[in-house]
Amino acid sequence: MRCFLNCRVPVMALALLCGIAAPAQTPTYRLGRSPSDEEVRAWDIAIGPAGKELPPGSGSAKEGAKVFAQRCAACHGPTGEGGALGPRLVEGKGTMTAAPPRKTLGSFWPFATTIWDYINRAMPRGQEGSLQPDEVYAVTAYLLYRNGIIQESDVLDAKSLPKVPMPNRNGFIPPEPAWKPGMRRTPGFYP
Amino acid sequence: MNSKHSGRRRFLKEGAALAGLAVGAIRSASAQTLASETPAAPPKDFRAYGERSRFVDSVRTFKDGGGPTPHHPHGFLTPIQDSVGIITPSSLHFWEDHGYNLPDIEPRQHRLMIHGMVDRRLVFTLEELQRLPSVSRIHFIECNANSRPRRGPDAESIQIVHGMTSCSEWTGVLLSLLLQEAGVQTGARWILAEGADAGKYTKSHPLEKALEDVLVAYGQNGEPLRPENGYPLRLVVPGWEGHGNVKWLRRIKVVDEPYMAKWESGSNANLTPDGKARWYSFQLGPKSVITRPSPGQRLPGRGFYEITGLAWSGAGVVRRVEVSTDGGRSWKDAQLQEPVHRIAHTRFRLNWTWDGEETVIQSRCTDEQGEVQPTLADLAKLWGFPPDYFGTPEARVDHFNGIQPWKVARDGSVHNALFS
Repeated sequence: MRCFLNCRVPVMALALLCGIAAPAQTPTYRLGRSPSDEEVRAWDIAIGPAGKELPPGSGSAKEGAKVFAQRCAACHGPTGEGGALGPRLVEGKGTMTAAPPRKTLGSFWPFATTIWDYINRAMPRGQEGSLQPDEVYAVTAYLLYRNGIIQESDVLDAKSLPKVPMPNRNGFIPPEPAWKPGMRRTPGFYP
Repeated sequence: MNSKHSGRRRFLKEGAALAGLAVGAIRSASAQTLASETPAAPPKDFRAYGERSRFVDSVRTFKDGGGPTPHHPHGFLTPIQDSVGIITPSSLHFWEDHGYNLPDIEPRQHRLMIHGMVDRRLVFTLEELQRLPSVSRIHFIECNANSRPRRGPDAESIQIVHGMTSCSEWTGVLLSLLLQEAGVQTGARWILAEGADAGKYTKSHPLEKALEDVLVAYGQNGEPLRPENGYPLRLVVPGWEGHGNVKWLRRIKVVDEPYMAKWESGSNANLTPDGKARWYSFQLGPKSVITRPSPGQRLPGRGFYEITGLAWSGAGVVRRVEVSTDGGRSWKDAQLQEPVHRIAHTRFRLNWTWDGEETVIQSRCTDEQGEVQPTLADLAKLWGFPPDYFGTPEARVDHFNGIQPWKVARDGSVHNALFS
């Protein structure tokens, strides 16, 4: 009897462990289908800060100025200073403690990849997703140039874009390092 | 297997026979009367989809998102002053357009894709999602910019100050179930959720939260979601900032790091007084507000009034709401409407007899983690703001959960007393 118990306990512990680990790996309901690579490619447009999803292509501020004039200036003003319909895209550097701060992609945004991602997914208004990768690289380069972050002749591509040093890169408090379910909110947590 | 099949067939047959019987019964019943075979016309006031009385006029109000141009987000705010109970009617649930037009999605064309760091990439139709085990949960959704301290005419509208919180019964599938079906791989730490709106709205969430209690919802208050609340599918991220509850949900990518999309690293990263900003703020704090009496309402005279309002917390259950009717000198426990739901609006009530003199009424709530709603002065001290910062036009204060005092004047009018 004693032996039986002794053997039984570790086996039960093992079964319990497997019981927790196994469901994460095994589908239960088997609904939904597997998308094709093409379907995933068509939707998987998000570009992370490391830029590993950036597509081939390239562009410079010089090329970007033309695209901007045709596709962006109507809302954002001739050189990105803002217009009747679209917000300002340039200047504001060093105003984060001012009242009011001028948060632009040049003064505030921490990653150049975010500019590429947002133009690609959400601009121009009414024709979202219509710009080709070369055009997105070029407009991104133009806006970074207009904000004094890169040179007019600099060419941006999948390699160089994630390395662009954004002025406000260190202006952020990282996400809470170890959020866990049930964790108490930090007292006085702001913002 | 065979016997199972024949059993099923028998069930179907019998079901059909029963249905036939039922139809027959109706026919024979009508045959006994002198009525004709044409179906009866519905009564004159039959309403296929009900409408409220023409004497009820409570509506959402429009508020510009604060930007200088039409392409900035616009908010449509809940008339919280007219609320009763804890559920916000779907037609009055607050929403924000993120600066884009409202999508018009044909549900049969809509898909949800789950991919990234998973063993099995999956695409679901709405019909397939509705076959899966479902849950219904009552949760509030609140914008992180709700309750910003205001001065001037806006301060005198509880709808403008506090109207960016609403509470619904949400029905859908737990995201943890879908992620289990896909098989999350080692090394995955975040998810990226994306909408099908023109701007393809995107937001990252830690995987721990996604596996804890996040819902992929298709139902709201007993019917499909409203278009402005994400029809046909949305994320519900209980207790966290409203802008993470991605509407018109079409894609979940399991990833290893936060994606720093425009709406998280740019627009919604909120500045602290030292010029630094936080990318992710997550949980909303304990908050309460008296909805009746509140600004815009007028007490007709001295006598009995029920003081009532709403309390909520991102931490879970509201444990206690205290109400003061003498400017904060003394506090009484209000009665909480049972059952108190986790991460949901909680209705509180207190009997009060007004003596006709000027006074200040206010409420403060305590949540299940013991966090108590602070005063404006507490928050200024805690956050390191100069005391008068909250009242300045430039102030951009998010996650403000300070106690909201209302002044009841001798003429019965009610005013915002946050700064007095």
